[in-house]
Amino acid sequence: MTHFVIVGAGECGARAAFALREKGFDGEITLIGSESLAPYERPPLSKAVDGGTAWPKFIAEPERYAASGIRLLTGVTVEDVDPEAKAVTLSDGSSITYDRLLLATGARARAFPGIAESSKHIRALRTHADAEALRNAMMPGKHIVIIGGGFIGLELAATARVLGTEVTVLEGLERVLKRGVPEEVAGAICERHLLEGVDIRCGVAITAMAEEGSKAIIHLADSDTISADLVLVGIGATPNTELAARAGLQIDNGIAVDEFLRSSAPDVYAAGDCCSFPLAIYGGRRVRLESWRNAQEQGALAAANMMGLGEAVSAVPWFWSDQYDVTLQIAGLAEGAVQHLRRDLGDGAFILFHLDQAGRLLAASGIGRGNVVARDIRLAEMLIAARAHPDPAALVASSVKLKSLLAA
Amino acid sequence: MSGNWIEVCAVEDIDEEDVMRFDHQGRTFAVYRSPDDEFFATDGLCTHEQVHLADGLVMDEIIECPKHNGRFNYKTGQAKGAPVCVNLATYPVKVEDGAVFISI
Repeated sequence: MTHFVIVGAGECGARAAFALREKGFDGEITLIGSESLAPYERPPLSKAVDGGTAWPKFIAEPERYAASGIRLLTGVTVEDVDPEAKAVTLSDGSSITYDRLLLATGARARAFPGIAESSKHIRALRTHADAEALRNAMMPGKHIVIIGGGFIGLELAATARVLGTEVTVLEGLERVLKRGVPEEVAGAICERHLLEGVDIRCGVAITAMAEEGSKAIIHLADSDTISADLVLVGIGATPNTELAARAGLQIDNGIAVDEFLRSSAPDVYAAGDCCSFPLAIYGGRRVRLESWRNAQEQGALAAANMMGLGEAVSAVPWFWSDQYDVTLQIAGLAEGAVQHLRRDLGDGAFILFHLDQAGRLLAASGIGRGNVVARDIRLAEMLIAARAHPDPAALVASSVKLKSLLAA
Repeated sequence: MSGNWIEVCAVEDIDEEDVMRFDHQGRTFAVYRSPDDEFFATDGLCTHEQVHLADGLVMDEIIECPKHNGRFNYKTGQAKGAPVCVNLATYPVKVEDGAVFISI
């Protein structure tokens, strides 16, 4: 019987496994994850969750794997891939042969230089276990220092404030969310954090960091010293490419795949955070995305291509972040934009449309309370996919429905 | 389906191919007007996370959750794939004298 093996049981790997069944694959499926839990959703790990939300939030009820004929192996690491023999070697010493292989190995939190990963009071966030440790430190009377003003750092800052924790955010660059978020939108988020009492310091350099008893001490270049009950390092992620590199696969800011998610080795695919791929809507530019939706969509796309359906990547990148009662959504990639048009939706909510020289819509970034920007961002995503050149006057006039531009 | 008929709004309060939130006695619903000018109603919250569907986009007979793009057929309540796997409850709708009513 044909055997498809999926390495990595996160959002991408789990979605790929179920997508194979939904698309009618009737061979064997083995899904291998290094964590002990069944696949769960990572977005809630950094966000404030109310008591009614499952924790962890499983991607599928654990019994659904067996019911769908998916062999789920948890707490096992894949040590080696042999593309010649078409086999993977597991950390328990066993070996599994495959007809087609999907690498969905994800990314890991980047470590702060010189800090051991096992530090009790200096931590990163990637897994449910990490999130548990962080939650336990979030309470009134405690002080958390967050290194890095990116999505993870700011979402955790909001979560910690909601739970009454004192929060300091240290950002090395001149503003938060420098990567991928326009200044106007980042400014609105920053203002909200300041209102909530977060101490945000930008342009700071950390010279040393150490654990002292039950505290972590951070030394700053301006000679200031900060004492924290817990330090969260949120300075980005590194794709898990070591396994692929050892197997001789081509690496280029991630496992390099083509538009059908095929790696440089026959019958080996890669998808999600771990891979870089060409994005046709932006002229075939090679990108790597770290996002929930990309992981999910590429998992399904890899499944289709492993079955020989020949579906090329076409999705528009899409990101979201929840902080307090505010949601930020971004569709597309704004690099190369020269014009930024603002559409105000009331109650402080707004969307920026990013257009290139020729007036083509490249990206849209929106922020507002609840999901007020969601519908327009979704429509912007469809306009971006259609490579539309929308009328600038219509984009800024909130009285004009964006849906009407789609038909144009 | 012997529930009471509750008045939701006037017909013209919902555009064609659009949706409106309707709250009643602590419950929340989503009421839709299809492109072919029929009215439908479902539970108001997505079955994936507790998000109001009325902030989402209606395209043809599909409502898309504003948060994670879970898709449902609002005429039948059927979940259309990841991340949603649980169907939405639907409710009977009628139009009388220019007003929309749902039975809950």
